[in-house]
Amino acid sequence: MASIEITNARKSYGAVDVLHGIDLDIQDGEFIVLVGPSGCGKSTLLRMIAGLEEITSGDIAIGGNVVNDLDPKDRDIAMVFQSYALYPHMTVAQNMGYALTLRKTAREKVSAAIDNVAGILGLNALLQRRPKALSGGQRQRVAMGRAIVRQPQAFLFDEPLSNLDARLREQMRTEIRKLHRRLGATSVYVTHDQIEAMTMADRIVAMYDGIVQQVGTPLEIYDRPANIFVASFIGSPAMNFLSGTCQITAQGCALILDDGTSIPFLAPPNVSNGQKLTLGARPEHIDIVGNGSAPSVPATVDLIEPMGLSTLVHVTLAGKPVKIFTLARPDLAIDSTIEIAFNMDKTHIFDSETELRLPRANEPFAAETA
Amino acid sequence: MSTPGKSRLRKTAYWGTHYLMIAAFVAFALFPLYWLLKVSVTPNDILYTEGVRMWPSRTTWDNYTFVLTQSHFPHYFMNSVIVSGFTALFTCIIAAVTGYAFSRFRFNGKIVIVALMLITQMFPLVMLIAPIFRILAPLGLTDSLTGLIIVYTAFNVPFATFLMQSFFDGIPKDLEEAAMIDGNTRFEAFRRIILPLTLPGIAATLGFVFTAAWSELLFALMLVSSESASTFPVGLLSFVSKFGVDFGQMMAAGVLALIPACAFFLLIQRYLVQGLTAGAVKG
Repeated sequence: MASIEITNARKSYGAVDVLHGIDLDIQDGEFIVLVGPSGCGKSTLLRMIAGLEEITSGDIAIGGNVVNDLDPKDRDIAMVFQSYALYPHMTVAQNMGYALTLRKTAREKVSAAIDNVAGILGLNALLQRRPKALSGGQRQRVAMGRAIVRQPQAFLFDEPLSNLDARLREQMRTEIRKLHRRLGATSVYVTHDQIEAMTMADRIVAMYDGIVQQVGTPLEIYDRPANIFVASFIGSPAMNFLSGTCQITAQGCALILDDGTSIPFLAPPNVSNGQKLTLGARPEHIDIVGNGSAPSVPATVDLIEPMGLSTLVHVTLAGKPVKIFTLARPDLAIDSTIEIAFNMDKTHIFDSETELRLPRANEPFAAETA
Repeated sequence: MSTPGKSRLRKTAYWGTHYLMIAAFVAFALFPLYWLLKVSVTPNDILYTEGVRMWPSRTTWDNYTFVLTQSHFPHYFMNSVIVSGFTALFTCIIAAVTGYAFSRFRFNGKIVIVALMLITQMFPLVMLIAPIFRILAPLGLTDSLTGLIIVYTAFNVPFATFLMQSFFDGIPKDLEEAAMIDGNTRFEAFRRIILPLTLPGIAATLGFVFTAAWSELLFALMLVSSESASTFPVGLLSFVSKFGVDFGQMMAAGVLALIPACAFFLLIQRYLVQGLTAGAVKG
C-alpha cells in the first residue's frame, strides 16, 4: 500500500482547462472520496492517477515515486470501473487472475489467490461462469475481486455502484467499507452521490469546476462547509438558502430578506451593516414553532412529504421555497401559515459575493479549504 | 371493447400476413437461384423444347461433368479462391487496424482521411479503369492475380474500415483500459481483449469482402487478358460463344461458384450471430 501525492496537477484539452491545479495528499491506507456534480473533473483526476489520461502539468506520485510518465500497467494500481469492464470472453476466474497471469505468476499461486479472494467475496460458486451469466451485483463483486487479487499499491473506484439498484448499492457500500477495513488499502473513490461520500469516506474531497472546493472528514464538511457549493451539494435534503442584507442593531444582527422579513442570526466577526449575505440552514435546523414563540417568521405550507420515520415540510418564506425536516408528524393544512424558527447555533452565514462561509467566532477550527 | 376471440383472430391475421410477406420475399429472392439449379440439371436437348416448366422431365449431371473435367473452369475457380481469399485477408487486417484507430484515437487530419476515404466510394468504377490500367501496366501488375488483389483490397478497404470502426465503437473503451491497468500495453490489450470480441465484426467484414471480390467482373475483365489469370466471373463469359450461349454449362458453373461463398458463410455464421460482448458492461 502506498500514499498518493498530487501536486498542482492540471489537465487541459486544447484550450479548455478541465482541472485547475489540484493539490491533494492521500495518506497510506486512507479511503478518499472525490465527490462533485458531473463534469467537475473528479473522474478525470482519477484517470490521471491511473495513467489513462496524461497530466498537462504538475506531478502525481504513488508511494513517493512520480508516475507522470509511467504507463498504467507500470503504476501498480487497480481500478474498478462503473461499467465493471469484465472481459466477456473469459470466465470469472480468468478475469480475476488476468493481471497475475500477465505478470507470469505461477499457476498454483494464481489459483490460490483467486480462491482466497473468491472466498472473501462469496464468488466460489461462480468462478467458471462467464460475465454474461452473472447478475449486476455479482459482476460488481467480480470487478472488485479482480482488483483485490492483485494486491496493488492503491485502489481506484470510478462510480462503481452507479449501475446497481438502491438496495444493492446500500449493501455494496457497506461491503466495500468493510473490505477496506480488512485490507487497509489506499483507496480513491469517485462518486456524484453525496450519501456514498458521507458514509464511506475517511476524508471527502468536494470538487466543482475543476477546483477542489474543500477537503475534510464527512462531518467537518457537513457541519462546516467552506462555501455555498459544498453546503448545497452535501446533505440530503439539501440546505436552504435565503439571501438578504445584513442589518446590525442594538439587539443584534438580522438578515433582511427582499420582502422585509427579518431573520435574526449570530453574527460572525467582521460582518458589516448593509453587507449582502446568504443564510444557509439545513432542513433539520429549522423548527416549526407555536405562535408567539420568538424569534420566528411566518411561512406558508406548500407540501407535506411523510417518510415514515420523518416528515419533510415544504414551505414558502418570502417567496423562496424552504424545506423543513422534522421527526414529529405535524398536522398541518396545505396553504396554512405557520411560524418557523431557525436554529441560530447551526445556521451558516455566507458572503453572497464570494460565496464563502463566514465562520462563527466560537468555532473550534476552520475546515481545510482550497 | 373487443372480445378475447376477436383479438385472437386479429393476432392470427396479423402474424399470418407477417409470415406471408416474409415468405413472398424469400421466394422472390431465391427464385433466380432455383432457376439456376433447374437449368443446370436440364439436358441440352430439352432446354428449349419443353417450354417454361418448373422442373424438367429429365435431369442430368452432364453439364457439371463437362464443366469440371473439360473446361478451364477449375482453374478459374482456383484463381478466384486465391484472389478473394487474399483480398479478404489483407482488407481485414488493414481495416481492423485503421478502424481501431478511427474508433479510439483523436488525431490531426482524422476528418480529412475519413473524407478522402468516403470520396473514393463516390466515383463510378468505370471512370477509374483507364487510370488504374495505366498505373498497373508499367509495374507489370496487369494480367496478374497480384494486381487484382491490390486493386480489390484498395477498393474494399474504405468500406471495410467503416464497418470495422462501427464494431470497435460497440466495444466499451473500459475493457482495454482495464486490460492496460491489469498489465497490458495498448497493443496487447487490442490483441488479447478487443480482437477476440470483434470476431463477429471481422467475420462480417471477411464475408462481405470475400463475396465482393468473388463476384467482381469489371476489373477482372479489363485488367486480365490471359486465361491463366482469369477469375471465374470472366470464365463464365467463356460459355458465351459467337454462335450461342451454353446455358446448361454456364448455370452448372454458376452453381459450383456458389459453393465456396456458401461454405464461407457457413463457416463464419457462428460469429455473425454471436453477441459476444453481452455481459461486458452493465445490463
